[in-house]
Order: sequence, then C-alpha cells, then structure tokens
Amino acid sequence: MEIDPFIFRLSIFILSIFIGYYVVWSVTPSLHTPLMSVTNAISSVIIVGAIIAGLSGGPQDIFNGSSIFGFLAISLAAINIFGGFLVTQRMLQMYKKKKKNK
Amino acid sequence: MSANLSAIFYLISGILFILALRGLSSPETSRKGNFFGILGMIIAITVTFLSVENFSSGFTYVLIFLLVGGLIGAFIAYKIPMTAMPELVAGFHSLVGLAAVFVAISAFLNPAAFNLGAPGDIKLSSLIEMSIGGAIGAITFSGSIIAFLKLRGIMSGSPITFKGQHLINLLLGLSIIVLIFYLCTTQLESFFWRLIAISFLLGLLLIIPIGGADMPVVISMLNSYSGWAAAGIGFTLENSALIITGALVGSSGAILSYIMCKGMNRSFFNVILGGFGATEETSKSQSKENKPVKSGNAEDAAFLMKNASSVIIVPGYGMAVAQAQHALREMVDTLKKNNIKVSYAIHPVAGRMPGHMNVLLAEANVPYDEVFELEEINNDFANTDVAFVIGANDVTNPAAKTDQQSPIYGMPVLDVEKCKSVLFVKRSLSPGYAGVDNELFYRSNTLMLFADAKKMTEQIIKNL
Repeated sequence: MEIDPFIFRLSIFILSIFIGYYVVWSVTPSLHTPLMSVTNAISSVIIVGAIIAGLSGGPQDIFNGSSIFGFLAISLAAINIFGGFLVTQRMLQMYKKKKKNK
Repeated sequence: MSANLSAIFYLISGILFILALRGLSSPETSRKGNFFGILGMIIAITVTFLSVENFSSGFTYVLIFLLVGGLIGAFIAYKIPMTAMPELVAGFHSLVGLAAVFVAISAFLNPAAFNLGAPGDIKLSSLIEMSIGGAIGAITFSGSIIAFLKLRGIMSGSPITFKGQHLINLLLGLSIIVLIFYLCTTQLESFFWRLIAISFLLGLLLIIPIGGADMPVVISMLNSYSGWAAAGIGFTLENSALIITGALVGSSGAILSYIMCKGMNRSFFNVILGGFGATEETSKSQSKENKPVKSGNAEDAAFLMKNASSVIIVPGYGMAVAQAQHALREMVDTLKKNNIKVSYAIHPVAGRMPGHMNVLLAEANVPYDEVFELEEINNDFANTDVAFVIGANDVTNPAAKTDQQSPIYGMPVLDVEKCKSVLFVKRSLSPGYAGVDNELFYRSNTLMLFADAKKMTEQIIKNL
C-alpha cells in the first residue's frame, strides 16, 4: 500500500516544530524582539500562495473573484516581508558590544 | 521548472529560515541570520515565479502589487520609532493573518488553480486544511488589530470584561468546528463565509478582555497563531517552505508565550481568560494606611549615586512611555566616568513585548554585554550600592516572595530591596498594573523620586 503524500508533509511539519523548539530556546532573551519581527517576515512566505492565487485568472480574465484576493494578499505579504526584514536589520544594527578601550 | 526541482528549492529556503532563527542565538551572528532569511525569501519568490507556466499579463500586476506592498513596508520600517515596536509587531501579525485568509478564500473560489479539484468538489483534506488556515488567520487578524489598538493607546489598555464572555467564546469556538464539519460535507460557499466571519469575531473577543501589561503574552500568542495559519495554508498548497516556516514560527511564538507566562508566574489560561488587575483595586484602597514614604529630589539621587561604587538600573514600561532611554544612557556615561560600575537588570516581562527593554537600550547605544537577565543578575543586588528603578513596579515588589495573599505571589522578581539604597523614579504612589501596592515604597532604604522618568533623569545628570 502506498503512503499518502499528506503523511510526508505531516512529517516535515512535526519535525520542523521540533527544530523550531530547539532553535528558539537557544535564542538569547535580549533578541526576543528581533525574533518576533523576523518570524513575522518569514511567515510572509505565504506570498508564494498569494502569487499562485493572483495568477489564477489567466490572460483573458486577470481580475476575477479569486485573483483579486490573491493580489491583495501579495501586497499584504510584501509589506510584511520588506517591513519585517528591514526593521529587524535596523534593530540588529543597534546591538553593539562594549568598546574595549574607552 | 519541474515540480520536483521547485520542491527542492522550497526546502532550501525552509532551511535558510531555520538558519535565520539560529543566528539570533547571539547578537554577533544575528545579522548574518537575517541575511539568510532574506535569501530564503528571495529563493522562494523566484521559484514560485519560475514554476508558473502561463506567463500571462497578470504577471505585471503581481509585480506591481508586490512593489506597492514592498514600498509601504520599507517606508514603515525606516520611519517607525523603536518605542513603537510592540504595536508594529502586532500590526505585522494582523497582515500575515489577513494574507492567510485571502489565500484561503482564493483557493476556495478557484481550487483548480491550486490543483485542489473543482469548485464544489474540493479534495476533502485540502478543504479541511484551508478552512483551518483561514480560520486561524482570521483570528490572528482581528486579535492583532485589537492588540495594536491597545498598544497604540487608541483603545484603553485596561481589560474590558462582561458577563458570559467565556461562554460566548466557547460557543464561537465550537461553532467554528461545526461549520468546518458542515463545509466539508456540503462544500457550500455560505458555510465558508460564515466560518471566516465567526473567526474574525472570536479573534476580537479573545483579546478584548486582556489588559495592557499582559500584552507580552498576547503578542507572542498571536505570533504563534500567525505561524499555524501559514502552516495550514502550506498544507493546502503542498508547499514545504510554508509548512516548515509555519511550524518554526508557531513553535517560536508558543515558547515566547511560555517564557512570558513564567515571568509572571501565571498559567497561560489565566492570562488568556483575562480580566487580571480589573477587580483588585477595591480591596487595596482600604488597606492603604498612611505609611511613611521617603521622597527626594534629583540632588539627593545624584548624591547617592556619586558616592556609590556600583549601580544597577532596573528599567520598565515607564521608561518606554517617557522615552527616557537616551537620557538614562547619558546619566550612566557620567557615572562611568566617575568609575562607578553600572549594569542593567531586565525582567522577562518588563515592557509590552518580549525583549522590549533590550531593544530600547540598544537604541540608546547601551552595549548589550552590560544588560543582564533576571537570573544572571539577581544575586548581585546584595552587593550593590544603589538600585535605580525607572518605570518598573510590580517586577520589583518583594511581596511576591513573602505575601501569600498577594495576587503576584510566586512571580519571579528582581531583588532590588537587597541593595543598600533604592531609587524609585515614579510619577505617584499608585499601584502598578497588578493593582498591588508595592511594599518597596515604604522601606527605609527606598527613596522615591516623584517625576516623569525622562525629566528626573535629566535633572540628575545636571546634578552629577
């Protein structure tokens, strides 16, 4: 009997939860705010779904009920991607070590 | 591009996202981590473009919408002041949630584009996945909007409670499950819209009763939700990058919520059920006798600190409100010039989001190796001359260790009372968020400095 591909995806999902668990515990507490903004940015990888949705109309019918939601989702996710990564970058730039000889 | 090849690239971008989080284990590696995250995102988007076979004119519109969103995002990222970080993060969560809802709607209306079957005949597993993804996305969206309004101060930060609240939420939660069941058996569009609408409503009602100082938990929880929503959509689209990311973000948010709850010694459900701090006031006002309070001015504070050999700074939300972090750094610089050892002690729930104080101090150019967490520094208070409490309250209350009647009993607190003297910058004697009077105000080694945190710090600098 063949294994349903869903089971493979479920395996990826569960293993990723474990990876996430161990990786996040190793994040230093002082970087918890950048952690939130960067997770925000990466969860916007949902944009791949939005792009497929936006292109679902085909050449004759670019804007239909389904693709409009796709286009809107592209913009929302893009705000998050650019905003999330850039603001994380801005925050991380500020974390500096003590200057040795002052 | 073949489906197998693109799946491999999605896996690569998933791995890069893991490395992005891994980088945050120390500030040195964090910038490289962020770069990995950006790289992962570029790969995911490029692969999606390449795997779309019909390059119709719709593609131009994809780029336009992408650019418009990107410009708005970049603009916000550059303009936002660091003190507004909690509401920014809440706002971003709401966008992820709404994007998940839109993708779910789009997939439901045009399942053929996603290889999920035909309208009215969507594969059962896909239908379940997209309704879960959409429902969690909707809860994330409306919940984050409320969190945003509360953090921004547009909506009152005090908890809003009403009778039967929990029962209503429970019923709404159950009806979501029932609606998913009916949607799957009938495939009717009307059930889908009702499901989304009820999820929006549940998100609103879940966050409304939760007060301002519990926001660190709420933000982390919504962070987690946005991850689960993304994972739900990832299952629908059979996309491993989304599944991996969703799982990472989901567990990240869950861990942060756990850390925040532990920092308050409260269970997750206690926080989520809300209303904390709303009912305490009546009993406390009676017990408030006229206990003696020593209050001082900036001169006294400067004198005490000048004669100290070590000072620990305890910042809290009040510092963020008064934007006192820069003045504080200046004060510390002056102290350091006088060879006084200065460090910072951060309580896990100080501020309105995890790591809030650390970011503000970093913004004010405080080196991160002078900033310590509760466990790292708590033993040092006993050997320190002066504790400078600026904008914190409940997290320093010794009653949490001794008074079993206190609502904050058992919460880990900073042992500031062990210092030789404690300087407490606060606008009045009013109790903190938990509605508990702080014993520390009446201790003989405490000097209250009644003023705005920023103004007081500036005056102290003048007197140093």
